[in-house]
Order: sequence, then structure tokens, then C-alpha cells
Amino acid sequence: MTAGQVAIALHLLAVRTPFSVPAPLMNALQVVLLVLVAAGATGVVLVREPARQAIALSAYGLLLALMFLALQAPDVTLSELTVGAVALPLLLMLTLAKVRKREK
Amino acid sequence: MTLAQRRWLFLAGMAILAGFYLWGLTALPGFGHYPGPYGFVINRVAVAQTKATGVVSAVNFEYRGFDTVGEEFILFIAATGVATVLRQLRNERTGGQTGDEALGPGSSETTDAVRLASLVFVGPAVLFGWYLGSHAQTSPSGGFQGGVVLATAFVLIYLAGAVLAFRRISPVNLVDAVGAVGAGGFAAVGITAVALGLPYLTNFLGLGSVPGAVSSSGTIALISFFVGIEVAAAFVLIVGELLEQTLLVQRRAR
Repeated sequence: MTAGQVAIALHLLAVRTPFSVPAPLMNALQVVLLVLVAAGATGVVLVREPARQAIALSAYGLLLALMFLALQAPDVTLSELTVGAVALPLLLMLTLAKVRKREK
Repeated sequence: MTLAQRRWLFLAGMAILAGFYLWGLTALPGFGHYPGPYGFVINRVAVAQTKATGVVSAVNFEYRGFDTVGEEFILFIAATGVATVLRQLRNERTGGQTGDEALGPGSSETTDAVRLASLVFVGPAVLFGWYLGSHAQTSPSGGFQGGVVLATAFVLIYLAGAVLAFRRISPVNLVDAVGAVGAGGFAAVGITAVALGLPYLTNFLGLGSVPGAVSSSGTIALISFFVGIEVAAAFVLIVGELLEQTLLVQRRAR
């Protein structure tokens, strides 16, 4: 057997969970979330005020996390939630606060 | 160079980049189609080999543990760099007058609603952070996520306005030490395996017999713990350094 055949055989043996969502529903969800992520990313770019942009980035991180969840990557979801939706906007806000204080 | 020339240079560069990008896109596998056998093999063997039902953690901390050591040290060095630069700046500033002027009157008024909401979430954040960090072997979590969640608990305490409490529960020396123990601990787990005559980062602890038990999977849980405290310390350190100027000013005002 070639490596490809092994892969297909193993894939067919993959575990089926009893809680799986029907495929059409899942596809629709993924499409909706992909569109939302694209819209969210555009929104972040269009917000021009840095502090508001950091908050928009946080909301975008949340959308991205939901998309990763719909793509069945719960580990990436957790990373995106903590880093993208919380840590990165927080560091941006802190940096902005520091820079603005210096400018005053 | 005139503006028109710059624009043409930019457009030409963009066209070339777009061409390469689109060319690259055509060769990508279709959406949702995983081409290689490696992932399927891991999915089949990981639980039996490592007794960890969190297969992502098994990959991160076991199969590709050496990559993760590198990642962890990238974070460690980045945090050290930020702390070094900011401490240098702080020392310069405390000598001058800018620190006192920096915080205008009423610039850090926190409403009671924010204080209450922040304090309410401190407990859950600590609990959830520890849960994530200590259950890498059984769930799609791990030290990285757990560490950041744990660090947000400290930030929430700051948000609640308990500025001095933030400093009291996270003294700089302690945070530095915890970060170092986290980063060093991961490397030490690997070296312990070498001392036992095994390849670097070999899982030398008992795996346990029940996949999915918290006590299972040997060094995976241990490494996740070290990563968790290192990430939490690095994050608290960076946030703390950014806040430090404000803290100095407020302490002086009291």
C-alpha cells in the first residue's frame, strides 16, 4: 500500500462522535463565519482611532476564535481567545496609554 | 523620487506580489483536505502511545516537544527584552519630572461597575487558568492558554483599582523567578531524560494506565505546568512593566 492509501484507510477508521453536527449545517456555519471574519477584518482596518481599533481587534479575535471552533480546532480556539481577543488588545491599550501620557 | 514614480513602483511591486500569491494559491490543497498521512497516523497512535486524550498537547509537549522548548524560550527572551527596555526607560524617567506630570487629574477614575465586574471575574479566571494549564493531557488546552488566562486574573485586580494589591501579589522579583523556573523547568525535564540515558525530552515518567485520567501521560502534564507558570509570569511581567510608571506616580501621591 502507498502512503496515500494508508492515509485514506486510517481516515475511514477515524472516531465518529455521537454529537456530530450534520455536514450541510456545519458547512453553512463555516461559510457564515468566514464571511463574518472577512467583514470583521475589514472593520478593524476601517476603524482609524487606535484605542477603538484595539477594541475592534478584540471583537475580531472573538470572531476568529468562533471560526476556528467551527473548523474543529478547539485548541486554536483557546489560543485565539486568550491571545487574540484578550492579550494583544490589552497590550495595545496599555502601550497607547503610555504613549499618550508621554505626549501630554 | 516624485509621488507618481513612487506610486508606479508600489503598483508594480504589488502586481508581482499578487502574481506570486495567486500562483501559490493554485497549488494549495482544497479547503478541508489534509494531504499528508502524518496527522492521521498521530490520531491513531497518540492516545495509545502517550495515554493523553488531549492529542494536541501530546503533539506539542511530546512528539514535537523540542519545537515547543524553542517557542517557550522565544517568549521568555521576548518578555526579558521588553522588561529590560522598559526598566531602563523607567529609571531614566523617575529621575526627571515627567512622571508626575504624566498622570493628569482624574485620568484613572474607575467606575464602581468596572471594579465590581473585575473582582467578580478574578476567582473564575484563576480557577479556569489552573484548569486549562493542568488538563493539557485530557483536553484541547494547555499551559500556553492557561498561563494567559491566569495572568488576566492579575490584570483584573489592577482593573478593579487595587493598584497596590496588584504590586503586592506580583512583586517583580517573584514574577522574574517564577518565569525563570517555568522556562528552566521545561528544559530541565528534557535534560532529566538525558541523565536517565534516554533521548532529550523522552517521556520518562509513568504514563498511567487509563487514557484521559488527569494523572496520566507522564511528562506532558509536567511540561504543561511549567509552560503555564512561565507564560503567566511573562505576561504579568510585561503588563506590570507597562503599568509601572502609573504605579510609581500613584504611590507617591498617597
